[in-house]
Amino acid sequence: MTTTARDALIRAGRSRLTWPVLALVALLLVNVIVTPSFFDIRLQDGHLYGSLIDILKNGAPTLLIALGMTLVIATRGIDLSVGAVVAIAGAVACTSIAGAADSGGAAAAFTGIGLALLLCAVLGFWNGFLVSVLGIQPIIATLVLMITGRGIAMLITDGQIVTVNNPYYAGVGAGFVVLPVAILISVGMFALVGLVTRRTALGMLIESVGINPKASRLAGVRSRTIVWTVYVFCALCAAVGGLMISSNVSAADANNAGLWIELDAILAVVIGGTALSGGRYSLTGTLVGALLIQTLTTTVYTTGIAPEITLVFKALVVIVVCLIQAPKARALLRRRRTPVAPPNAAAPPEPAVAVETTPTRKVGQR
Amino acid sequence: MKTELRSAPVRPGAASGTRPRPRVPSRFVPVLATFALFLATFGAGSLRYEGFASGQVVANLFIDNTFLIVLAVGMTFVILTGGIDLSVGSVVALSTMVTASGLQAGWPVPVVILAVLALGSVFGLLMGLVIHYFDIQPFIVTLAGMFLARGLCFVIDVESISIKNETFRDLATGIIELPGGVSITYGVVVALLVVAVAVYVLHQTRFGRTVYAVGGSESSAMLMGLSTARVKVGVYAISGFCSALGGLLFALYMLSGYGLHAVGMELQAIAAVVVGGTLLTGGAGYVLGSVIGVLMLGTIQTIISFEGTLSSWWTMIVVGVLLLVFIVMQRAILRRQARH
Repeated sequence: MTTTARDALIRAGRSRLTWPVLALVALLLVNVIVTPSFFDIRLQDGHLYGSLIDILKNGAPTLLIALGMTLVIATRGIDLSVGAVVAIAGAVACTSIAGAADSGGAAAAFTGIGLALLLCAVLGFWNGFLVSVLGIQPIIATLVLMITGRGIAMLITDGQIVTVNNPYYAGVGAGFVVLPVAILISVGMFALVGLVTRRTALGMLIESVGINPKASRLAGVRSRTIVWTVYVFCALCAAVGGLMISSNVSAADANNAGLWIELDAILAVVIGGTALSGGRYSLTGTLVGALLIQTLTTTVYTTGIAPEITLVFKALVVIVVCLIQAPKARALLRRRRTPVAPPNAAAPPEPAVAVETTPTRKVGQR
Repeated sequence: MKTELRSAPVRPGAASGTRPRPRVPSRFVPVLATFALFLATFGAGSLRYEGFASGQVVANLFIDNTFLIVLAVGMTFVILTGGIDLSVGSVVALSTMVTASGLQAGWPVPVVILAVLALGSVFGLLMGLVIHYFDIQPFIVTLAGMFLARGLCFVIDVESISIKNETFRDLATGIIELPGGVSITYGVVVALLVVAVAVYVLHQTRFGRTVYAVGGSESSAMLMGLSTARVKVGVYAISGFCSALGGLLFALYMLSGYGLHAVGMELQAIAAVVVGGTLLTGGAGYVLGSVIGVLMLGTIQTIISFEGTLSSWWTMIVVGVLLLVFIVMQRAILRRQARH
């Protein structure tokens, strides 16, 4: 009994999710201490309200974008352009709705949303083309759109903040079906991706492309198509996130919508234990990571610290999580925790092997 | 692929000497292309607008971009080793903030300058240590550094602090008259000095050669017995130092400290380096190329302001397109060399 319990503990200690979950719990506890009514959720006019719901609602765009980012990172890529795509999606939808003949109607809303999604899919297609066909490093390929994208968004809105008054459009970001619609969309997408990548071979194929693109291509995996698809998917996620953000305030702000959201999304993925070097990814980890970031932001608000200082806390979280997850730091910790082999030294070859493997691994790692 | 780039000049065709064609070594092609493009852009500007091709407009290219030149120099070092530093813009903001608040508190100017430079260098050094000794990607470490520096700005003050110190203002407004009625600021002299020192360090010292070696292939450099650790940590310290110096120049330019100064400047610096012909995979590129890259961005901005009717966001679009063209060109060159 006790051994199984200890095994479970050890396994939990090794799991990459343990630390983020503990941090999340700790943050929630801090909140409860500061505001005892933190966990209260009340039902009013058939809508759920409460701090926890707020965290979920405000975190919905980040969660969605982090979801797309997880798949991109799993293929050894990164997408820096999601913030710009967020701005473009909002700009296109709002400009289209504001310019429609019947700007309050359902048709205008759906046309706007459809146009935004289409254009963003094209942008994702472009990113994917640069990465998978031209073979440009993902950081750089998406940097182009990151720089250009806000310019394009401002070009669309003519540098103005476009406001719309359309109840259907507002429904995407501010609507309620018991829970806020934004949460339902994000969680729905999340479940869908989980189902598609974990119940079919797709997830494994994505991982194989991330671990070794060449080998997986030689093994018959269509790595180019897979890489291309994840960029389109990521841009679509960013587009929906952008629609949520802009419809929540019924306006498109090309300058500030989705500013630094690419960093939040990447942080969520990294905190969740998906390595930036690609390969194995964890959707649950991303979920925890996104919630952790949003809870952190909320905590800073509720404890009355200036909101701008959130950045310091985010930086500290990233540093701590990265250090804990870094293989070298883990090795250091493990060496300190487990005593160096018993003095009777029945097994001298073991350290010798360890000494030999370390340098070779270091050389091969690049 | 990367090593082939540097062995390019001694390719069999040229070495056998059957037909000694005067060919530009291919490692200079990107820099020369940038320079030609810069001349063409500037030429187009001077044809189109009256008074564009004056000495003062050229001098203004330097005056308005002193900080960016210094940042691009630091970034070149980092990118040459195959890394990236996303924290430079935030460190610039932090430096302006420390400068402004230090002067407000009545510190003497030299003390403030030394404190800012030391702060930036230590910041970069710490990031370098984490990157090298914990083997975490530069991207994520400098991202954390970016958040941290930006956040620290707001810890000092959420509002903008203006600089009222007389000595500092004199430094900012002082000009040097050059022949031909052209005047430049002290900042330009500092920036050019930084460029000269960087060129010397990269091409005349052991450290500089190791930077190129690490960028070419880190494991080969290590197996050759080069001190890769010192270089990998050192370039981030250099970048931190350059960011702090850039921050001082930016404070001279704006005469204020603010946590939202220089948002996105890291992207401009990276774009300038790439446009200047430095390979993002590391191992090939020149500081002078990055300077031309900065001037190129500056020229685009000048043209857009001369045009008058074009809005500022066109700058972003043109810079992005330019970046794209150069990246695709780099890729094409690399592919051609890989085939040889």
